[in-house]
Amino acid sequence: MNAAILSSPVVGAEAAPPDHLLAVEALTVSFDGFKAVNDVSFYVEPDEIRVIIGPNGAGKTTVLDLICGRTKASAGSIKYKGQELTKLSESAIVQAGVGRKFQTPSIYDDLTVFENLEISFPRGRSVFGALTFKRDAEVRDRIHAVAETIFLKDQLRERAEFLSHGQKQWLEIGMLLIQDPELLMLDEPVAGMSVGERIKTAELLNQIIKGRSVLVIEHDMKFVEDIAHRVTVLHQGKVLSEGSMDRVKNDPKVIEVYLGH
Amino acid sequence: MLGDYSLGDLGAIFAMQGFAGLILFSVYLLMALGLAIIFGQMGVINMAHGEFMILGAYVTYLCSSLCQSYLPALFPIYFFVAMGLAFLASGALGMLVEWSLIRFLYKRPLDTLLATWGLSLILQQAYRSIFGAREVGVELPSWLIGSVQVTDTIEIPINGLFVMAVTILITLCVALLIFRSRFGQQVRAVMSNRAMAGAVGIDTEKVDRYTFGLGCGIAGIAGSAFTMIGSTGPTSGQLYIVDTFLIVVFGGAASLLGTIASAFSISQTQSTLEFFLSGSMAKVITLLAVVGILMLRPQGLFTLKVRR
Amino acid sequence: MTNPVQTLTKSVTVNDNPFMKPVEWLSLLLLAGVILVVLPLALDGFRLNLVGKYLTYAFVALGLVICWGYAGILSLGQGVFFGLGGYCMAMYLKLEASSIENTKIQSTPGIPDFMDWNQITALPWFWQPFKSLPLTLILVVAVPVLFAMLISYAMFKRRVGGTYFAIITQAIAAILTILIVGQQGYTGGINGITDLRTLHGWDIRTDHAKVILYFVNGGLLIACILAAQYVKKSKLGRILVAMRDKEDRVRFSGYSVAGFKVFAFCLAAAFAAIGGAMFTLQVGFMSPSFVGIVPSIEMVIYAAVGGRLSLFGAVWGTLLVNWAKTSFSESFPDLWLFGLGALFIAVVLAFPNGLAGIWREQIEPRLTRRVKGLRAPPPAIVPPHGAPAE
Repeated sequence: MNAAILSSPVVGAEAAPPDHLLAVEALTVSFDGFKAVNDVSFYVEPDEIRVIIGPNGAGKTTVLDLICGRTKASAGSIKYKGQELTKLSESAIVQAGVGRKFQTPSIYDDLTVFENLEISFPRGRSVFGALTFKRDAEVRDRIHAVAETIFLKDQLRERAEFLSHGQKQWLEIGMLLIQDPELLMLDEPVAGMSVGERIKTAELLNQIIKGRSVLVIEHDMKFVEDIAHRVTVLHQGKVLSEGSMDRVKNDPKVIEVYLGH
Repeated sequence: MLGDYSLGDLGAIFAMQGFAGLILFSVYLLMALGLAIIFGQMGVINMAHGEFMILGAYVTYLCSSLCQSYLPALFPIYFFVAMGLAFLASGALGMLVEWSLIRFLYKRPLDTLLATWGLSLILQQAYRSIFGAREVGVELPSWLIGSVQVTDTIEIPINGLFVMAVTILITLCVALLIFRSRFGQQVRAVMSNRAMAGAVGIDTEKVDRYTFGLGCGIAGIAGSAFTMIGSTGPTSGQLYIVDTFLIVVFGGAASLLGTIASAFSISQTQSTLEFFLSGSMAKVITLLAVVGILMLRPQGLFTLKVRR
Repeated sequence: MTNPVQTLTKSVTVNDNPFMKPVEWLSLLLLAGVILVVLPLALDGFRLNLVGKYLTYAFVALGLVICWGYAGILSLGQGVFFGLGGYCMAMYLKLEASSIENTKIQSTPGIPDFMDWNQITALPWFWQPFKSLPLTLILVVAVPVLFAMLISYAMFKRRVGGTYFAIITQAIAAILTILIVGQQGYTGGINGITDLRTLHGWDIRTDHAKVILYFVNGGLLIACILAAQYVKKSKLGRILVAMRDKEDRVRFSGYSVAGFKVFAFCLAAAFAAIGGAMFTLQVGFMSPSFVGIVPSIEMVIYAAVGGRLSLFGAVWGTLLVNWAKTSFSESFPDLWLFGLGALFIAVVLAFPNGLAGIWREQIEPRLTRRVKGLRAPPPAIVPPHGAPAE
């Protein structure tokens, strides 16, 4: 896994400029009194790759759910390019430029790879627009280009159901690519992959993160070290530590709860 | 419209109406209990629930006729035997249906709905072929006939009181069974995490079968109790299926307390409205209110806020 | 990787998403031929009118294919929309039949007879628009669609779906039936609206008129099939399938899921309403027995038997089940309910894709193999949009 292109860390936390791409502040959500996410704040800058790590149940996926509107926050704010996301619907958040990949590959089994990609094409998103949507050259070219990138050029006409687990993950990444979000959120993109698939995925991620910010949840420490500009460690719904991988790795609090065992 | 009544008359009317509401509540609750178990715990939509209820009613009818002809001495207490038999008959049929039909469809709830509707058609026709299309009623033993005079103007029918007593008893039994017994523990375990329950050694298929049988058996008891206050025909079950489902959904599908609260509020609303409006309008307004509330609050009255 | 054979280069130039595939054109031709040529030639007036009645149910089944098969929304209240469409039409026809000279023996002439019997002395406000034919034709579709929108928007916004939606729609069917039966003076009660005579002066009771109405009905049905085909083939159709699979993924691809579901439900309601109006015209009355739970769920079985994913299958399924119903209840009335019940169970357990599924999985591959001989690749067993919802 070679991620040399990625190893230029962006601005340090101390010198954060005021125009963050994503500003999460005092974010809290509770389920029946249990605070799954408790007073979490962090900032993501343009072109930054941020990895969120933390033990199971630390609230990582919930943070992504909150950003993309799947779960409603009890308190706090999420500002994306200065726009408050907590009050927007999921589809409006996507249209604002936030893309989300789920933990388990979430694709449409009954449609072909081509159709899967086509649905993510950012045009004809209203009911009427979908009814009159034309599969023109622009759509085709874009889909073929993306299919090439995600190694699925030869599977375009196959039903997505018959893809391998790794191919399904790539397809979902491809669907996000077509959507062309400015902020890309990935939930464990290499989980359950074979070694070969993992190398290809890292390569793929390296390509697609150019020109956008990425928020990744990942358990695989080798992978995290390769891609992360900065790391945020969550523990029991709170931010435990934040900074470069080296700094986080040497933080005694982190060692105790997470890396230590 | 109230001007023609004296204050005492009004009080009596309200008391009687309230009591009529309580009887309706008992009937609704009995019907809904079985469904709350099947739909609430297992997520199965059993459209044939009404027919399981009617099976209980027919079993009671048979017991009453047989007892009258062959064992007239036991007639005063035949009803308790009949109720037990109704439970067993409906429960056994329920387990058979679970084994032959429902278990193949757990992952396809909408298809279960269609299949059980087909089952209900078959059962209806079977009742019609066996018992005839006419409605039948049971002969009540003498101690259940008549009413208790509370005041000069208020009197309460004994059969209504009896149905209420049965309802309270059955509700308590169900609550104990679900929340206190080992079987209830297993049911709750299977419903909350099937794979895990299987892994710790619970026979999930058996639990499914008995749970479904239990729900159907309670429907049988409901049908049996129902013969106390009304007559039974092959399609009587269908009349109640919508109300019963609405009660369970309105209560919040997985909550026993919710089912009780919802049966109470719906029956009281309906019987109170019946005093002011025609029966059909009272029903329309009650159901519309329930549907309207469900549209705004789909989770029903009682639910836990859970992470989805 | 799994499939080295590829036809990719072709797909860039050739239209890979035609409005209808050759086999679909053939199916349409076959259906149109049977409905518009074979049946009118083969059947007498009475039987043809009966088929016409069946075909009005096919509109409902067609809507269910889109709404249930494609979008995964099972409605057990399609009778409501069928009934509303039928009642709108019946109200117009009834007003025309209740002219002052036709009703001069009533204590209030000029209003429908059942109103007079119920001591109503003036036409209620909601009957007023149905004095006009153009307005009626609009309302036949508009009333059911607006009602469908009202029901579904509130629920789909709150993510109510699946079984809950089915139960609520069923409850609405029950409520509407009770309301119609209870409000006899305004609706004609349990008997419905009967004794309908003319449509804008044209007597609809003659044999000749019935034949013409049959053809109008058949034409409208084919138009609706084409409309449904357009929806199915559009990106919207694929989004419906996608939503049925992974609703969240669609939502997080930037679509407002509720809007698409409302559309599917309203389209089904519109089809059902057209069917209802044509029913009233051909059969000459409308009654609450076509609104309630029993007819609503029976209409679901038509779509299920034909194949919940097949537009043509839905029409064939409707014809087949109704033909069976008529012949059974003529010869063995007791057996019919057993048969229908067994059909519900069989179609769910053994043939979830109905007749169309049997055709696609068993017959079509064999035919293709025979036609194409050795050149053909091994048959793809999977039907285009796969297994039923949930």
